[in-house]
Amino acid sequence: MQDIYLLVSGPLAWAAWAIFLFGSIYKIWKTLDTAKKKEQVLFSYVSLKYGLRSIINWSIPFNTVNMRLNPALTAISFFFHIAFFVLLLFVSAHQVMLGEGFGISWFTIPDTLANILAFGVLGACIFFAARRLTVPEVKYVTDWTDFALLILVVAPFVTGILAYYQIGNYMLMIILHMLFAEAVLVAIPFTRLSHMLLAPLTRAYIGSEFGMVRNVKDW
Amino acid sequence: MEERVWIKDEGIEAGAAKLTPEKIEKTINAVFDNETGARLKAYVETCIHCGLCSDACHFFLSHDRDPRFSPVGKVKQTIWPMLKNKGKVSVEFMKQAVQVAQTECNLCRRCVQYCPFGIDIAYMMSLVRRICHKQEITPLYIQDTAHSHAATMNQMWVKDDEWIDALQWQEDEMRDEFPNARIPLEKEGAEIMYSVIGPEPKFRTQLIYQAAAIMNETGMDWTMPATPGWDNSDMAMYTGDSEMMGRLKRMHFDTAARLKVKKIVMGECGHAFRSVYDTGNRVLGWRMPPIPVIHALEFYWDLLNEGKLKVAKTFDEPVTFHDPCNVVRGRGLHEKAREVVRAFCPNFIEMIPNREHNYCCSAGGGVINCGPPFKNARVEGNRVKAEQLKATGVKVCIAPCHNCHGGLEDIIHTFELGIELKFLGEIIYEHMEKPNAV
Repeated sequence: MQDIYLLVSGPLAWAAWAIFLFGSIYKIWKTLDTAKKKEQVLFSYVSLKYGLRSIINWSIPFNTVNMRLNPALTAISFFFHIAFFVLLLFVSAHQVMLGEGFGISWFTIPDTLANILAFGVLGACIFFAARRLTVPEVKYVTDWTDFALLILVVAPFVTGILAYYQIGNYMLMIILHMLFAEAVLVAIPFTRLSHMLLAPLTRAYIGSEFGMVRNVKDW
Repeated sequence: MEERVWIKDEGIEAGAAKLTPEKIEKTINAVFDNETGARLKAYVETCIHCGLCSDACHFFLSHDRDPRFSPVGKVKQTIWPMLKNKGKVSVEFMKQAVQVAQTECNLCRRCVQYCPFGIDIAYMMSLVRRICHKQEITPLYIQDTAHSHAATMNQMWVKDDEWIDALQWQEDEMRDEFPNARIPLEKEGAEIMYSVIGPEPKFRTQLIYQAAAIMNETGMDWTMPATPGWDNSDMAMYTGDSEMMGRLKRMHFDTAARLKVKKIVMGECGHAFRSVYDTGNRVLGWRMPPIPVIHALEFYWDLLNEGKLKVAKTFDEPVTFHDPCNVVRGRGLHEKAREVVRAFCPNFIEMIPNREHNYCCSAGGGVINCGPPFKNARVEGNRVKAEQLKATGVKVCIAPCHNCHGGLEDIIHTFELGIELKFLGEIIYEHMEKPNAV
């Protein structure tokens, strides 16, 4: 078990981060390069001002008409995305690993808060799944891959919680926690999780079209 | 879910009868490989199937939230299977796809404003239309209109001499009211070329009269062409016939260039504005139109603010204003339009939602041009518009767009709303100061 732990926390972690990093750079480069080769005209319609205007307006909770139409989903989605990164960056256990590995560390959040956030993420994912099962317009466009991605994303949180409370085999949970987290990293550039990378591009483009050409808000 | 009703259209049926699996595969892949790139790929890969675009669509809302009418639901019924199967889809699938993309989406782009990622579903529906055009399964009526464009360079099979005749007839009529009024033809170096859509000389000639009266009474230096190129409309844009769209827009811009005008002013039409201002110029390789293009709403606002257009008496009946997608979501003219409306109609009542969030009339995007086979589906698909109009409680609605007029007329009739529709120019003509009138 110890060997597996070392493998997962060592070489596999390096590999996952590398795939994530280079995969993400490749994904963004590939998108821009394809655009340059096949739809170069699109670049004529990109404006920094209106692209940023759109990104900023869509980053403020309840700022857009549609966010206000769906208050519960808006609140939960914002919470989910923020909690995801807060937990990744500021949980004390992650800081311990960083400290041991690289001798660096920064601000951490108290374990109680981390617990609340982790359970919150769990709840958010249950909400997303319930929405996929019950809201007709979402159910209609949902297939098994949507659930697979959701399970993949929630798995590190479930195992993280189990490990924290030492439910089941602690070492096994830690290993699974790291494995799932590494799987998420690897999946980001190659699945629909790539919205993390491409959404700023699609948003900036349409924001520019609406702002610069059509003189109108896109929110 | 209950079975969907698929409408029989002669054009679709005749085209589908000639389709083979090979041809379907070839055309789909030709469009995907040669005419799309990073944008489509990013849209398809970024969409997380959240369904948040649904509430934007009047078809979805009017069909009691039937998911098959949601924007992403339409992508599921068209683009996704085409991409997944690499073009290997059945004839039956294509017949349904063309109905979805060509008659159940107005390309109004309201859903773009609702998608968290700004995915342009109207663009994807346009791609489906392009594929259907290449497969020759475009609905009969709109294809006939596209044929008219190809044969006559106007939308309504108006012959060259009929066009001039219609203008001279209106000039003649005008002279009863304004003895010295002119509709100047072919005046080289005029400041403005005024262009209209085919239906104006064909059956809404009073609009040419009213526009000419406004031009004359505000002292404009203007002209209209006596040659093809006078028509700014463009149904080819909506059938995916990009080549024809390019020919049309080129002739329109060329005509303005030949007349050496400083700007093109267009009548109250939405789709034509989209074509001249946003789409046609791109097909021709112009980032923005080579000659400034001013929609009637903006033109009226300019006249009012320059003090050339003056209100003689106000129209006091309560009125509401319908924001056409192509000049509001397509050009942001909503505030200027309101200023003009308020100047003439002090009793102005907003419909809700309004401005860039207004519901489409359900006629735009070439949907009304698909003709009688799809009329009932189009009207039933916009019950929310009827409810929105009814809630204003007014009896007069200003709709500064030809297609909106057609669509709203059918809705008002079907849902027995008893609302009278007006163009803004109509109100201006009747209530402005007319210094030269007798």
